[in-house]
Amino acid sequence: MKKNNVGYLFVLPAVIGFSIFILLPMVFSLVISFTDFNIFKGISGTVFLGLDNYIRLIHDPIFWKSLFNNIIFIVVTVPIQIILALIVAYFLNDKLYGCKFFRVFSFLPYVSNIVAVSFIWMALFNPSQGVINQVLMHLGISNPPGWLTSFHSALPAVMIVSIWISLGYNVLVYIAGMQNIDSTMYEASEIDGANSFQKFMKITIPSLSSTTFFLTVTGIISSFKVFGQINIMTQGGPGNSTNVLAYYIYQNSFSYYDMGYAAAMAWVLMFIMIIVTVIQFRKEKGGA
Amino acid sequence: MKKIDKKKLLLTIIFAFIGFLYLYPFIWAVFSSLKPLNEIYEFPPRLFSEHMSLDNYRYVLFEQTPSFMHYLLNTTFVTLVSVTFSVLISITAGYGFAKLKFKGRDAIFMLLLVTMMIPFQVLMIPQFVLLTKMGLYNTLWALILPTVFTPLGTFLMRQYFLTVPDSIIESGRIDGASEFTIFKNLVVPIAKPAVATVIILTFMWRWNDYESPLIFINDSAKYTLTLGLSNFVDEAGVAKDNLIMAAATVSMIPMIIVYFVLQKQMIAGLTQGSNK
Repeated sequence: MKKNNVGYLFVLPAVIGFSIFILLPMVFSLVISFTDFNIFKGISGTVFLGLDNYIRLIHDPIFWKSLFNNIIFIVVTVPIQIILALIVAYFLNDKLYGCKFFRVFSFLPYVSNIVAVSFIWMALFNPSQGVINQVLMHLGISNPPGWLTSFHSALPAVMIVSIWISLGYNVLVYIAGMQNIDSTMYEASEIDGANSFQKFMKITIPSLSSTTFFLTVTGIISSFKVFGQINIMTQGGPGNSTNVLAYYIYQNSFSYYDMGYAAAMAWVLMFIMIIVTVIQFRKEKGGA
Repeated sequence: MKKIDKKKLLLTIIFAFIGFLYLYPFIWAVFSSLKPLNEIYEFPPRLFSEHMSLDNYRYVLFEQTPSFMHYLLNTTFVTLVSVTFSVLISITAGYGFAKLKFKGRDAIFMLLLVTMMIPFQVLMIPQFVLLTKMGLYNTLWALILPTVFTPLGTFLMRQYFLTVPDSIIESGRIDGASEFTIFKNLVVPIAKPAVATVIILTFMWRWNDYESPLIFINDSAKYTLTLGLSNFVDEAGVAKDNLIMAAATVSMIPMIIVYFVLQKQMIAGLTQGSNK
């Protein structure tokens, strides 16, 4: 195939657009992370701060609390999502009548906007009137959790919502993976007398290892991006128990107008995400 | 007649029950949206109550100012324009990266791909400043432009075009056609499945977008459904959950309809990357 400079024309709109709206902002963001820029001062009123913002965030307890919450989020939601999805996918992969119907509906939470979902769950989590506590109280639990209103139960509540949203996506990815497994492996094991459970544990799960890896990485990245439900349901509270980096950066940008500081934190967030992803890739390569 | 597998039937019934519980939030929301406020939180909860009507919908869609009908129109405009531009840009760029050779092609594509990982938090302040300087802050175009040059759409189209045999394109070249003619007449018609995927994914991301309107819009006349819904509560004061549920349902229904129509393409597009 000969070289064809008309190719530049084909990709030009995409490249120009992405340069203006992604590359340029990235550079700007990096630059202001070393300053005390905010929208009111403008560029002329901005003071160069060197590494001060980065040093400041190392000493910022809310930064560490937010990062800690992100870590809890990952450590709890990612394994639960994966295990639940694996089990559900197993059944939704033709072990039921009307599988297609189940699959289509399992995806509904994922395609619904986060604002609507947050308000619905807020109503369900209402400590006095919501269905969840009404049921718990009827089951004899006299002091059910305060969910979004309580320091210790708010983050679990937010995590429940996140798992509920992502489950459909994880299930469908696993089903796609399961359908790629060579059926002759199952047939051979049946000749050896394997039952369903053994087939699942010894064939299905190992064959899905790259899918599991994929879902782990996407689950971790999604966990770092959680924002909408926190802005609506808890605003980071009570007492920073649900503050996460994405939300704290937003607070610093548009509540405190401390944009240089927020930019520094955003870059730290991005590096954390990159490091975690690289670690996952190394683990995968090592174990394979 | 095919024998009914009793075990399969039992599992189906169990999962139908689990499925009901799993989707209960939606079921509760829809039924509550049809009730007056004092009938939503009964216990034991029942789906149907005495005074069900469409009053809540009439209020949020027509009587409230600005109305959710207005937000619906804003969201539809942003979504349809974004989808159109996204498709045009990603199909041409995707084809260019897949089938045309030019210097630096793969390096530029790699750069595009890497930016897909950048979290919105890094970009939001600069985009805010940029859009303000461009005079586009607080306009619907602020919700369209930053996202239209979607690296993901270009990536999907490129992956699809890589599977198209070169022979079709070569025969066009032998016939002396220009690259644009080849593109228009030979390539575009066969790109339909990938285009459908880009359409449905872009539709979903734009329709459901909350972070962009939150930051780039502050005039309630320009709110989209997501932002309008989140600010609806503050105006209404203390939880008028019946109205909120009606508004929430309004915000979800068009997306759900589009999802049911194009779910095959959507699921294919979203699960595509997972089996590399």
